[in-house]
Amino acid sequence: MVKPTRVTNAIRSLRFAHGEMTQAELADRVGVTRQTIIAIEQGKYSPSLEMAFRIAQVFGVPLDEVFQYPDTEA
Amino acid sequence: MSFEEKRNWVFLVATAIAYVVYVAIILGRARGIPITEVPYAWPLIGSIGLAIVASIAGSILAAMSAPTEADKKDERDARIHRYGEVIGYTTSSIGIVGALGLTMAEAAHFWIGNAIYLSFVLAAQVSTAMKLVAYRRGLPSW
Repeated sequence: MVKPTRVTNAIRSLRFAHGEMTQAELADRVGVTRQTIIAIEQGKYSPSLEMAFRIAQVFGVPLDEVFQYPDTEA
Repeated sequence: MSFEEKRNWVFLVATAIAYVVYVAIILGRARGIPITEVPYAWPLIGSIGLAIVASIAGSILAAMSAPTEADKKDERDARIHRYGEVIGYTTSSIGIVGALGLTMAEAAHFWIGNAIYLSFVLAAQVSTAMKLVAYRRGLPSW
């Protein structure tokens, strides 16, 4: 059964904090499609560790400032 | 909608139309004769050819509609593709077991051939539909 990922992220706020970077611009810099950035922002897709690091690199922040995982079980 | 998602829509529609055309031809030829005596081989091959040609043509049109996104693929597309293909494989396996049962029961070649073709079509439809659901709602996180 399809269930949403428990990984949350701060990509939207980080984009706005970085000169209102568009999803398309972030996608180009990470090397993925714009739809993948949209899916990650909406919590519909958990990126690979490698892509997660690339996103954090674009914003120049540690990984855990971009992605979070809840401490407790749902 | 990403280019890969568009391609999946094209494939879903093309394979469905090709199968419907095939069934219509077979039923049309079955008037007055037993259905197992209907020559099905060339319509079946033609149907597969139609699905392939329509998928390619549809993909070209999709690429022309958004040239900058054409052929752009990433890890999400690859994961969704793998997810759908595994489900499609399971579906076709069930269909092939059905065809094997028909062979053991010494059913007419017509039924065996059609069971195999139907299992391929169903596998393609189920696989592609699951990919499209994954594009919209996300992949399961097991």
